[in-house]
Amino acid sequence: MYSSENIESKISKTALIQALQHFMAAESVLFDEEDLKPYECDGLSAYRAIPLIVVLPETIEQVQRVLTLCHENMIPVVARGAGTGLSGGALPHEQGVLLSLAKFKNILHIDPNRRIARVQPGVRNLAISQAVDQFGLYYAPDPSSQIACTIGGNVAENSGGVHCLKYGLTVHNIQQLKIITIDGELLTIGGSGLDSAGYDLLALMTGSEGMLGVIVEVTVKLLPKPERAQVLLAAFDDVVNAGEAVGNIIAAGIIPAGLEMMDRLAIQAAEDFVHAGYPLDAEAILLCELDGTNEEVSEHVSKVRGVLKQSGATEVRTAKDEAERLTFWAGRKAAFPAVGRLSPDYYCMDGTIPRKQLPQVLKAMADLSKEYELRVANVFHAGDGNLHPLILYDANIPCELERTEEFGGKILELCIKVGGTITGEHGVGMEKINQMCVQFNSLELQQFHAVKAAFDPQGLLNPGKAVPTLHRCAEFGAMHIHRGELPFPELERF
Amino acid sequence: MNTDISQQLQQQVVQAYEQVTALRIIGGNSKAFYGRADDRLLSAEILNVSGHRGVLSYEPTELVITARAGTPLAEIEKLLDDNGQMLAFEPPAFAESATIGGTIACNLSGPRRAYVGAARDFLLGCKIINGKGEIMSFGGEVMKNVAGYDVSRLMAGALGTLGVLLEVSLKVLPKTEMVETQLFHCSSIEALNKIHSWSQTPLPISASSFHDSVLRIRLSGAAKSVQAARDTVGGESVDNAEQYWHQLKEHKLDFFATEKPLWRISLASDIETFTAENDSNFLYEWGGALRWLKTETPAEIIQQAAADVDGHAILFRHSEQQTCFQTLSPGLLRIHQNLKQGFDPKNILNPGKLYPEL
Ligand SMILES: Cc1cc2nc3c(=O)[nH]c(=O)nc-3n(C[C@H](O)[C@H](O)[C@H](O)COP(=O)(O)OP(=O)(O)OC[C@H]3O[C@@H](n4cnc5c(N)ncnc54)[C@H](O)[C@@H]3O)c2cc1C
Repeated sequence: MYSSENIESKISKTALIQALQHFMAAESVLFDEEDLKPYECDGLSAYRAIPLIVVLPETIEQVQRVLTLCHENMIPVVARGAGTGLSGGALPHEQGVLLSLAKFKNILHIDPNRRIARVQPGVRNLAISQAVDQFGLYYAPDPSSQIACTIGGNVAENSGGVHCLKYGLTVHNIQQLKIITIDGELLTIGGSGLDSAGYDLLALMTGSEGMLGVIVEVTVKLLPKPERAQVLLAAFDDVVNAGEAVGNIIAAGIIPAGLEMMDRLAIQAAEDFVHAGYPLDAEAILLCELDGTNEEVSEHVSKVRGVLKQSGATEVRTAKDEAERLTFWAGRKAAFPAVGRLSPDYYCMDGTIPRKQLPQVLKAMADLSKEYELRVANVFHAGDGNLHPLILYDANIPCELERTEEFGGKILELCIKVGGTITGEHGVGMEKINQMCVQFNSLELQQFHAVKAAFDPQGLLNPGKAVPTLHRCAEFGAMHIHRGELPFPELERF
Repeated sequence: MNTDISQQLQQQVVQAYEQVTALRIIGGNSKAFYGRADDRLLSAEILNVSGHRGVLSYEPTELVITARAGTPLAEIEKLLDDNGQMLAFEPPAFAESATIGGTIACNLSGPRRAYVGAARDFLLGCKIINGKGEIMSFGGEVMKNVAGYDVSRLMAGALGTLGVLLEVSLKVLPKTEMVETQLFHCSSIEALNKIHSWSQTPLPISASSFHDSVLRIRLSGAAKSVQAARDTVGGESVDNAEQYWHQLKEHKLDFFATEKPLWRISLASDIETFTAENDSNFLYEWGGALRWLKTETPAEIIQQAAADVDGHAILFRHSEQQTCFQTLSPGLLRIHQNLKQGFDPKNILNPGKLYPEL
């Protein structure tokens, strides 16, 4: 369970509330237990903590004052967007302020010529595409949570979506950020051109999980909507063939806009839930979206169809119209909640592996599933090797959550072993903090701490998340061996 | 050729760290002109990475290549080409000796940059030696990776001031089936207007340039879509245009043969007025977002003009470069100094190459 890093603050709760109310409306400073409760967790509800205070600032100046105040008094600060994160990144700190960006929900400027939109961090991902639709433009990264998650959270997690194989992640689709540092200073990172002077702080901020600064404005890049999008659905009677088909499509020189895979359990769950017309006898299905100009799409559809057949697909369907295309996707987009109906609880993992390792990893996961006696449904961004195994469990059964977490940890370590990573898009947060000790050695972790110190030397922003302390790794290492060696031999064991 | 000299390189950095000796990092020396001329660099010991070479892994279906930093860029491009793939950001080599490490350290990209992304966008991971002589790996060989801060991308464009690149992993893309170039005679304002009307529609544009009243547009993609796009944009078809784009990327066009200082100005694509310079001293790329300018105008004036439109200007080629990169705001400079301290506490890696304070 999560125990936050202890920080000695210099001010009492009452005094802090008074100081905050000095420059914020009373309803923007929450401190009663019942008002705090809705903020106790993010999308990873297995971890919960009640913050000392929640603040809901409305202006950049208020954010600056909150941070200055917390900085002067050694109060931890955790930023929060919509709280849909799946790694406990927005989990509150018990002695800290939870800083919600929920009131920053204005789209400030849309510039169709420059193909950019300047927005506040609390704007929902989908709201951007909706607002720029009138210009024939859209914002490409489309996490499945896009109706709810905020652009600030997307930047903090470097979120991806089903279209990132072709269009990239958040880091590829933003141009400028305004952030507030822990000492209250407003910094502009990036510029109006395609690059800016100095180090690539835009990349460093993206995916930094609220550890380096609070994002108060984001300029996103927009793309023209493709003339046409078409989706193919291919069924396979063997998961390995489906995995190979993915490589074969790419080998044919085609980068699909989206390339998603679902296994038997996920197909069944999705079919029961949204009736997308998926073939229930298949071991795996691939959804392959092709977009571009009319001519290009026609050409690619016939090419991909051939490749899928050659790769052993038992059936290949092309959506006959836009309605059917959306239905095909509806099953995929609803896969998480659909799987959620199969079991009281599920735990979503997020490892990424080199694509060629897919068959071995799926096999190993099936073995682990038997060993732990927990079912796993697989839904993933096959095109870029990003797995989302969903482990089904019941939190009311004693020890089942612990067993699930252990199983999940094993999956992540497997991803590292085959040359992958413990997180493709959900972030480390609190959840994968131990596996960071497996993926990185102590020098690398120390280098991360040096990056953190360049922005926040006292460690007040989101303490205890994203990068483990070496002591934490030593504790964890007592149970685990890193790359065949005992990790952190220089540190004493507890 | 395949040689691993990482231990040698590491030893040299460790020694330099212990003795506090400045190191000047060299790959193929093809871009030595780029960056500040600093006295500390003139007297620095040379750390030559070019012997550390060889492709470590490349599987076309994974769309990833990993190579040692000293591997010649040409060797990598040849290997990819043989497999129908490419470095989509079209890095300029500027000399045959160019290495992949130098390419990433400078983060320079060619004509396709505005349409697919820069070198940093294709960087998936790297292995480095920091200023204490510690070897570390960040990122990896997979497309999506958010474990830890994005230290790899931080290396792109850092000009070796934060670490010596040992290995890089890059995302590669399939080559496009068909390439065509269309040409138009127009004024700069007409050119920008045309570009902006096209860029709001899904045309397969992969490069653009404007100079001396000539706008060129390169279209690449599936044959049918290029043909359709050609009909949409109109203009005159140009034969053998690939040579033009190559010369543009390598700065071999007549425009670049100049004694005058050459500026690289990055700004919003639709800025029409920049300075009162005579038009033929300008060459536009990237749909207007990159402007090359030959001028004797003092650096302060150029950089102020760039700052006024929220852009930045780099003195790209010049003999004695003191002011080279756009001045940072005090807040950003402080973060830069802190980061430098965190990676290279004794300031031995390419000191002063990027900014005098780093
Ligand atoms: C059903 C479901 C599907 C999902 N699908 C995807 C998917 O396809 N792809 C994907 O990438 N993710 C997905 N996610 C995960 C999640 O939606 C993303 O990580 C999202 O970007 C989080 O945004 P948020 O606004 O909810 O951020 P929060 O959860 O509130 O915060 C996430 C992190 O960002 C920090 N943060 C938030 N706002 C700021 C700010 N303004 N400044 C600094 N730090 C900030 C927080 O401190 C925290 O560390 C999914 C989640 C769910 C529940």
